[in-house]
Amino acid sequence: MNMIKNASSASKKAFLNYGIVIVFFIVFQTLVSTGNITSALKGQLIPIVCYMIMAVSLNLVVGISGELSLGHAGFMSVGAFTAVIVSSAMGDAANPAKLVVSMIVGAGVAAIAGFLIGIPVLRLNGDYLAIVTLAFGEIIKNILNCLYVGIDEKGVHFAFNNPDALGMNPLGKVVINGPMGAVGISKIATFPAAVILLMIILIVIQNLVNSRTGRAIMAIRDNRIAAESMGLSPMKYKMLAFTVSASMAGAAGAVYALNYSTLVPKKFDFNTSILVLVFVVLGGIGNMTGSLIAAGVLVVLPELLRKFSDYRMLVYAIVLILVMLVTNNEKLKGRIDTFFKKFRMNIAKGGRKK
Amino acid sequence: MKKKLLSLIMTGALVMAMTACGGNGNAAGGNGGSGSTGNGELTGTLKLGVIGPLTGGAAIYGNAVANGTQIAVDEINARGTGFTIELNPQDDEHDAEKSVNAYHQLQDWGVQAIAGTVTTTPCIAVSAEANSDRVFMLTPSASATSVTEGKDNVFQLCFADPNQGSASAQYIADNNLATKVAVIYNNADAYSTGIYQTFKAKAADLGLEIVSETTFTDDTTDFSVQVGDAQSNGAELVFLPIYYTPASLILQQAASAGYSPKFFGVDGMDGILTIEGFDTSLAEGVMLLTPFSADATDDLTANFVKSYNDKYGEVPSQFAADGYDCAYAITAALEFYAAKNGGLDVTGMTAEQLCDILIKVFTDPDFSVDGVTGLGMRWTANGEVNKDPKAVVIKNGVYVGM
Repeated sequence: MNMIKNASSASKKAFLNYGIVIVFFIVFQTLVSTGNITSALKGQLIPIVCYMIMAVSLNLVVGISGELSLGHAGFMSVGAFTAVIVSSAMGDAANPAKLVVSMIVGAGVAAIAGFLIGIPVLRLNGDYLAIVTLAFGEIIKNILNCLYVGIDEKGVHFAFNNPDALGMNPLGKVVINGPMGAVGISKIATFPAAVILLMIILIVIQNLVNSRTGRAIMAIRDNRIAAESMGLSPMKYKMLAFTVSASMAGAAGAVYALNYSTLVPKKFDFNTSILVLVFVVLGGIGNMTGSLIAAGVLVVLPELLRKFSDYRMLVYAIVLILVMLVTNNEKLKGRIDTFFKKFRMNIAKGGRKK
Repeated sequence: MKKKLLSLIMTGALVMAMTACGGNGNAAGGNGGSGSTGNGELTGTLKLGVIGPLTGGAAIYGNAVANGTQIAVDEINARGTGFTIELNPQDDEHDAEKSVNAYHQLQDWGVQAIAGTVTTTPCIAVSAEANSDRVFMLTPSASATSVTEGKDNVFQLCFADPNQGSASAQYIADNNLATKVAVIYNNADAYSTGIYQTFKAKAADLGLEIVSETTFTDDTTDFSVQVGDAQSNGAELVFLPIYYTPASLILQQAASAGYSPKFFGVDGMDGILTIEGFDTSLAEGVMLLTPFSADATDDLTANFVKSYNDKYGEVPSQFAADGYDCAYAITAALEFYAAKNGGLDVTGMTAEQLCDILIKVFTDPDFSVDGVTGLGMRWTANGEVNKDPKAVVIKNGVYVGM
């Protein structure tokens, strides 16, 4: 009986999220097609969706699997730069095909990166894990800073730390130029494509969470010893959540990259990881709806605050603190205290928050 | 249940907020230009946007450009010729994403031309947008070639990176400053890496021997390895294609290591004398390639330095000078067009119309501008500026032309 109740409330929640995304899409697509939208907001639609994907995918690791990851932007950059290479290598192919293949390959490469990084990282717990993910995020950024990629008719050339070592013929084009990043990316990302990706990712995450595997992941989060004694392998399930989350960040990165004509590794630093974590914490850890809304609001907010000119980021910080305090109100129980405290509480107490 | 209610409320609020700000769109554009006034005069009000890092780590450059542009605009508006400029500086935090947002904000404001963006990476992103929207851009200081490449509407007021790197190598070779050169550059920075690559290529042609190449990243504060490597390889000159904050640390650490080669910098080094707490005697003898020196005695520079100092209480850097020249270059271009076509009223003209006019004028071989960063500046069709590089040396705590 209890199980049926749980399941139905979970699927209700899932449909609420689909509803939010569909309404969001219809409203803005209508505004765009009727021209009733400021160019400021129109230019932000695709980044908003990318950050929403980042937030829900990080929520899978932070909320569902219960591991604090501070290197999520690293996976985004892997997907982003992979997408740049793929879309350049595809040359004259149709834009939608390029976009889809870029997203898939970007997600795949990010998943491989997530898997490899997961091997050492997931052997750790709590704060230690957080610090090591932070380190890996920085490592990815620094590797990309040294990476040179060129394309000529013989194929793709890679070099490390030295663009002259690419060995291309003179007609070849340097696609990724170390710290200068990628320039001249053709802007092929579209708002509908980004929303479709967000929908697919929500469907995958919510079905994963409500599946046998999802329950296993949450059981391990809530009480590792009990779960292990039931025969669940913590490493396997944590790795699954971590890799899936990394691949989703990679897909988001691919869309993000193909929305700007330039991309530098510096963009995906610690600050971006923390920004995404702020979306997750503000929206409520483990709460996908919250992640979606928080990402949307917090990406748009700095732009709405431009009239404060020099004091803009100060006002942004104050708004952030106020929102944190309000959503963390006693009456809205189940919100986080501080995120470290929250984790300990969760792991110690066992059981999902209401 | 409460949670669900909350999320519903928040969604509602979000949608309301977003649609609310979507309401007043497309105020710009409108009913076309009023065109010629018949008497060869330039009239009307130009809406000029500036995009640059007004906050964050690169704020010093963005603010210098914004201040410099403001002074030029104040002077132009005070002439009382019927032509005025309305200036709107927007912050981009030296981030491509924020910069594109800032650009869209300016579009909503009805921008007609842009003096920006200040830093290179954001400029590449914004110039791609401006190219497809047909908005004219004159960047004061974004120096990479990819800023202008393939975009007919984007022009540079500063030297492009390859010119700086190769001009530096040329200068060192021509004046026999050294034969053994060390380079310390920031390999996490597009500007620094770009100059280094062209310097290296040119140095090889000219027979300069690069005996030491060392790198650092943005948060490096200890340069003992880099300085030590240059010292042990016997470099007579250290080329520093970097910004002045790390350069000041390198000078300090070289001095404490008892190593005193010649130091040669590029325009990013400009401003080293204004760092608080920096012992300027350490910078004695440092040479740098820059288009602007505040101690120049010509009227143009003297006036600019005086009004900048009066208004902002400091000596303007090269970035301020670039911003100042940008506003004047755009005004001069419009006046040039007005004189040739029987007048021009810019009020109400679309960005697209102005873009066509400005491209025509900037690529006109007869059009040249005398500014504080160079006399007789002309532009090539691919958007690069032609002017003579100047080298200055620091003597007794001031920049002195060489």
